[in-house]
Amino acid sequence: MNVLKGRSVRAWAGFAGAAVLLFAIAPLALSDFRLGLLAKYLCTAMVAVGICLAWGRGGLLTLGQGVFFGLGGYAMAMHLKIADAGPGNLPDFMQLYGTATELPWWWKPFENPAFALAATVLLPMAVAALLGLFIFRRRVKGAYFAILSQALAAALAIWLIGQQATTGGTNGLTDIQGFFGYSLDDPVNQRMVYFVIAAALLLLMAIARQLINSRYGELLVAVRDSEERVRFLGYDPANVKLVAYVVAAGMAGLAGALFVPAVGIISPALIGIVPSIEFVIGAAVGGRASLVGAVLGAIAVAWAKTALSEEFPAAWTYFQGLLFIVALAFLPGGLASLAVLVRRRKAVERKTAVIPVGEAA
Amino acid sequence: MSSGSSGSRSSRVPRRGFLAVGAALTAVVTLSACGAKTDAAGSSSDKAAKIDVSGDTVKVGLLNSLSGTMAISEVTVRDSLKLAIDEINASGGVLGKKIKPISEDGASDWPTFAEKAQKLIKEDGVAATFGCWTSASRKAVKPVFEKNKSLLFYPVQYEGLEESPYIFYTGATTNQQIVPALDYLKSKGLKKLYLVGSDYVFPRTANKEIKAYAKANGMTILGEDYAPLGSTEFSTIANKVKASKADAVFNTLNGDSNVAFFKEYKSAGLTAKSMPVVSVSIAEEEVKSIGTQYLAGQLTAWNYYQTTAGAANAKFVKAYKAKYGQDKPTSDPMEAAYTSVYLWKAMVEKAKSFDPEKVKAASDGITFDAPEGKVTVDGASQHVYKTARIGEIGTDGQIKEVWNSGKPVKPDPFLKGYSWASGLS
Repeated sequence: MNVLKGRSVRAWAGFAGAAVLLFAIAPLALSDFRLGLLAKYLCTAMVAVGICLAWGRGGLLTLGQGVFFGLGGYAMAMHLKIADAGPGNLPDFMQLYGTATELPWWWKPFENPAFALAATVLLPMAVAALLGLFIFRRRVKGAYFAILSQALAAALAIWLIGQQATTGGTNGLTDIQGFFGYSLDDPVNQRMVYFVIAAALLLLMAIARQLINSRYGELLVAVRDSEERVRFLGYDPANVKLVAYVVAAGMAGLAGALFVPAVGIISPALIGIVPSIEFVIGAAVGGRASLVGAVLGAIAVAWAKTALSEEFPAAWTYFQGLLFIVALAFLPGGLASLAVLVRRRKAVERKTAVIPVGEAA
Repeated sequence: MSSGSSGSRSSRVPRRGFLAVGAALTAVVTLSACGAKTDAAGSSSDKAAKIDVSGDTVKVGLLNSLSGTMAISEVTVRDSLKLAIDEINASGGVLGKKIKPISEDGASDWPTFAEKAQKLIKEDGVAATFGCWTSASRKAVKPVFEKNKSLLFYPVQYEGLEESPYIFYTGATTNQQIVPALDYLKSKGLKKLYLVGSDYVFPRTANKEIKAYAKANGMTILGEDYAPLGSTEFSTIANKVKASKADAVFNTLNGDSNVAFFKEYKSAGLTAKSMPVVSVSIAEEEVKSIGTQYLAGQLTAWNYYQTTAGAANAKFVKAYKAKYGQDKPTSDPMEAAYTSVYLWKAMVEKAKSFDPEKVKAASDGITFDAPEGKVTVDGASQHVYKTARIGEIGTDGQIKEVWNSGKPVKPDPFLKGYSWASGLS
């Protein structure tokens, strides 16, 4: 019980510390531009929370999170584009590339802000549920699951590019002016968007922590480590995995939705195979099984991408590759395993310190 | 399985529920508290992006893809921008200030372009930015330049139908490249066309315009095919093209795909004599990588070739080769990029200021003796008068001009002067 209490206190302290850092220190220390970038990194961290749950805890190598990120992002951007255009008008790119004189039927529901907001989370979750139902029931796992996820990401990106008249094609949806009545030009509103994203990240982390520490969380790890044993115990592993997959999809969807006002663009370039892999790399570098590790890893990788490319615009991709190789070769458990290593070493030191005293006595 | 997770021990449920609610509350409370604070602080931090002209330099941004699929093309543009900047600095700079280029990598990724554009404007305080290649990257940065009231010089031919108050387009718009190419085909009696392009905005929009032109000019489009960017699988398309018995192919493929396409085209038994291909994205650099054995005799449409006659071009080609290597060719987008820096310099000197608004106001009628010939800025559309040129690819990898428009063509990005284009925008 004491151990549990200690863990809970530490979690609260960490939570409060993160809140102070995100809400008080970062806005004071960073320029508007850098704060905007941080908002973008936090969005990838939100995806990483879901990946930690599904991959780190559930063993599902989710190499297609771009799909859910994209669905959330497009749902949000579609609403904002309709709102920008004003009632009765078509979004700018439809006038440019399309021949239609009114909104396509599948755009219409997104005119309603409540529907669009709900869709940013529920649409990815529904797609994941449908997909997961087929995949997990048929006991597709491991590499096959990963390949399937990738294929889906590629398919969605290609479909979006092909439908230029109704999706903006390769360009995606750009030039988003307002966010529910607030102009995104205004730095104050940009800051508000940042705060919403920071709050959402903390909320998702709290939800994920609850799930991980619940009995369901234990079951999820059990399924990851030995699916057959769990089946023999009378549980259906397909359902256990489905829940993690659907929750991770919802988190990626929310991240995509908040990415849109923060960055002002959603495009197939954020959905396909490469970005989907990038989401996973962040979590892997940080430590996929650790919630804090995955989040910090995602932020660190995104930050390193910006910092390295600004410092070495011509050679930064080599440094980035090197970083991944070093991190994964020497710390296969990610940066989070550093903390474990340090703790273990301390424990060993304490033991070795105790022994001589015992001998003397 | 959900029944297993929700049916947890009753003693744990309240505490956990409390924790979740508490977490949400903390988030909301901190959020609203800080929201109020930013409102108060907002007025002091609310300053527009400033151009940094402190000291004896003025910064400009170079925004090109230095990594990713577009790097092969965009690096040449960056190099030629640097050449222009070096030349200007050697002859005294602009308004007495040396130009300091800040290079950023767009990484062939549109959101990254937007991020780097913001960085150049807000963190570096650049007076103007030069770069972007694909239309998608231009569309991604357009709102950034408009919101920050900063200038972008875009050096690549594009699909038209755009006029941003903060972008100068120094490459060709449709009526300076695609329309003259169609006129040329029509004059040669090649009236049945097959359209092949990469699957993105430029080819799709260009083909829409080509179809409208064809309808009004008694030409027929026998087929239209798109391949994903970077695709190298063209046997099906080549066979479809062959079966169509078209007079000519209009090719808007980009990048590597051209290599595969022209190889398949040759293996299908098609030649420049039997069915010529007009390409709008193959310049000297691409000719080199595709191979002249596949391209000899095929047609291209641009505003500049390395072989274009004139003292200004001789000087440009010589300077470029001296700086980057004798084997390096010069091409149309490189020339348009090189020209764009000189045009900006002339605008700034006429305005006697780096202020974007004053530079814009001074832009109309600015001329420059560019390697392609004399170019003039049209202040209203912020495009450039350019001479259209059709070229034939030779066995030596150089492109020989076979036709030109005789004089610079007035830019018409929305094709307002063409009745057949009335339904396009």
